[in-house]
Amino acid sequence: MSIRISQIDKTYGTTRALAPIDLDIRDGELIGLLGPSGSGKTTLLRIVAGLEQADGGSIHFGEREVTQVHVRERRIGFVFQHYALFRHMSVFENVAFGLRALPRRQRPSNGEIRTRVMQLLEMVRLAAFAERFPAQLSGGQQQRVALARALALKPDVLLLDEPFGALDAKVRQELRRWLRHLHEELGFTSLFVTHDQEEALELSDRVVVMSNGRVEQIATPDTLYREPANRFVFEFLGDVNRLEGDVIEGRLTCGNASVSVPGVEPGRRELLLRPHEVHLAERAIPAAHLPVTVASIVPVGAEVRLELEADWLEEPWLASVSHAEFERLGITRGRRLFALPSRLHGFDAAGAQNVALPVG
Amino acid sequence: MIRIGDAPGVRRLLIGVALVLTALFLLLPLVAIFAQALMGGIDLYWQNLSDRYTLAAIGLTLLVTLLTVPINLVFGIFLAWLVTRFSFPGRRLLQTLIDIPFAVSPVVAGLVYLLLYGRNGWLGGWLDGYDIQIMFAWPGIVLVTIFVTCPFVARELIPLMQAQGAREEEAAVTLGASGWGGDLRVTLPALAHALLYGVILTNARAVGEFGAVSVVAGAIRGQTNTLPLQVEQLYQDYNTVGAFTSASLLALLALLTLAAKAALEWRAARRESLA
Repeated sequence: MSIRISQIDKTYGTTRALAPIDLDIRDGELIGLLGPSGSGKTTLLRIVAGLEQADGGSIHFGEREVTQVHVRERRIGFVFQHYALFRHMSVFENVAFGLRALPRRQRPSNGEIRTRVMQLLEMVRLAAFAERFPAQLSGGQQQRVALARALALKPDVLLLDEPFGALDAKVRQELRRWLRHLHEELGFTSLFVTHDQEEALELSDRVVVMSNGRVEQIATPDTLYREPANRFVFEFLGDVNRLEGDVIEGRLTCGNASVSVPGVEPGRRELLLRPHEVHLAERAIPAAHLPVTVASIVPVGAEVRLELEADWLEEPWLASVSHAEFERLGITRGRRLFALPSRLHGFDAAGAQNVALPVG
Repeated sequence: MIRIGDAPGVRRLLIGVALVLTALFLLLPLVAIFAQALMGGIDLYWQNLSDRYTLAAIGLTLLVTLLTVPINLVFGIFLAWLVTRFSFPGRRLLQTLIDIPFAVSPVVAGLVYLLLYGRNGWLGGWLDGYDIQIMFAWPGIVLVTIFVTCPFVARELIPLMQAQGAREEEAAVTLGASGWGGDLRVTLPALAHALLYGVILTNARAVGEFGAVSVVAGAIRGQTNTLPLQVEQLYQDYNTVGAFTSASLLALLALLTLAAKAALEWRAARRESLA
C-alpha cells in the first residue's frame, strides 16, 4: 500500500513541530525517518498512524484518504519504542489481542486464532515462549513479540518508532537484518523512525532526513551519503573534517597549506570532507600541499582510523585508511605526511557543491 | 558492603531497641485488647457481643462500609483517570484537593458537614423541607466516611497510571480495541493490584473512623452508633470488658486487613522475582 503525505503540518502551542511536509512512499518500500531528537520525525510517524492529529494537510493510503480515519480503522501496525506490551498477558495473548478485538462477525474462531498466533510466534522464533509473560523475556525478545503483535492483523502499513533504540549493539544488528528479511518476505510498506544514521542507511530503501520539523533530503542511502543536499545532511550522516581558508584564483590557502579547488568562488570558504576521502602520501603534489602529523592510531575492523594534526587546522582531521595503505606507508605516531583529499564538499545557502580532486 | 554504623555492637543495639519499642508500643496494646476482652471468660465475651446495642453497632458499621467502599472505588478510579489521562485547566489544583481529607482533622470534617447538612445548615435546611434528615442519622455517617476515605483509591492509582502512561492504551487502539474494550482488557487488569490495595485501605478506615463520625452521629444508642463509637460509649459507662469486646472486633478486622495487605505485597514481590 503506497502512502501519500501532502502538506502535513503540526504546531504545539507556539512550537512548530512540523512545517508542511510532503512525502510519497511507494508500495512495499521501507523508509527510514532520520533526524536528531526534536526534528519532528516521531510526530510525523504518529500522524501517519492516526495517534496524533495534524493541523492541516492530508494522508492517503493507496487511493483511500485516511486523514480523518480513526487509528482503529487505518489498518496499520505500530511498534512502540519501549514495546508497550500488555504486562499482565502472556506472549500468546499479546499477539492474539488484535484478533480477539475484531468485531464478532470478522473474528476468527479460537482454533483459527491459535493457529495464526502460533504461526506468527514461529515467524519471530518465539513459539516456545508463548506462555511466558513479557517481563520474563529479554529486550530483543520483547521487541519481536511487539512485531508479531503488530503484524497479527496483516496491516497494510507497518510503523515503527525507534524500534531498536533500547537494545544493545549486537541484538540490534541481528534484529535489523531480520526485519529486512521479514519486509522482503511479507512485502508490507513500512516507515520507521530512528536517530541512528547507521541504522537508517543499512535498513532503508530510502531515507528521509529531518531537522527542525522539515525534510532536509529524501534519497537512497547511497545518494544520501555521496551527494548530501546540504550541510545539515552531510554533518548528520557521519564524521566530518573541516578546511577553512581563502580562495584566490581557484586555490584555497590556509597557513602553509594549500589545495587547488577549481570552480570555487573566491573569498573566505569552508570546505568539508569525510574521513575516507582523506588519502595520505609521503610527498605533496602540485594540486595539494597539506602537511599533517599523525597524532593517534586506532585500528577499527577493516580500516585504521588516524587522527591528523597540523598548524593550519583548528581541529584535528580524522582519516580512515586500509590496512594495506597503513603498512605501505609505514605509519607510526608522530609521522609527518601529506593529506590528499579525493573530494571536497562546499555548502552555501543555495545547496551543495562538490569539488572532485585528483588523488596523486 | 561496609557502611557507617556497621559494627556488630551497634547493630545489636539498634535491633534490640527496635524490638523493644515494637513490643512496647505495638504488640503489648494488641495483646491487652484481647486479654481485657476475654477477662471475664468466653461466656461473658459472647454475652457482650450479642448485646442488642453492640449488634446494632456492628450492623451500622457494615452498612456504612458496604456503601462507602464501592462509592469510593468508582470515585477513585474516575478521579485518577481524570488527572492522569486528560489535561485541563485546574488539573494540578484537583490533584492537590484530593489530599484534603488527609490534611484536615476528621473532627473538622465532621463539623463542616454538620454546618452544611444540619437542620440550620445551608443544605440541611432545604433538605429538611422535604423531610430528609442527614445529620444524626446513617446518611450523615456515610457522607463523612466517604469524605474521610475518598483519597485512598485515587492515591494508589495515580502514580501507577502516570508511570503506565498512555502507550499500552495506544497499542490497544492500534490493534483495533474500542475505547472501553481497551480499558477493560488492558488498563484495569494492570491496575488490579493497586486497586485492591486501595480498597483494603478504604475498608480499614471506613470501619475504624471515629472523629468525623462522632460529630455527625449524635451517639444515639442502637441507632447511630458505629463500632468505634460503641467502644467509647461502653467505656464511658465503666463497662470495660464490654468496651474491649467491641474493640477486639475492630482489632481483629485490622489484623485481617494487615494479613490481606501482606499477602498482596507477597504476591507482587513474587511476580517481580519471576521477571
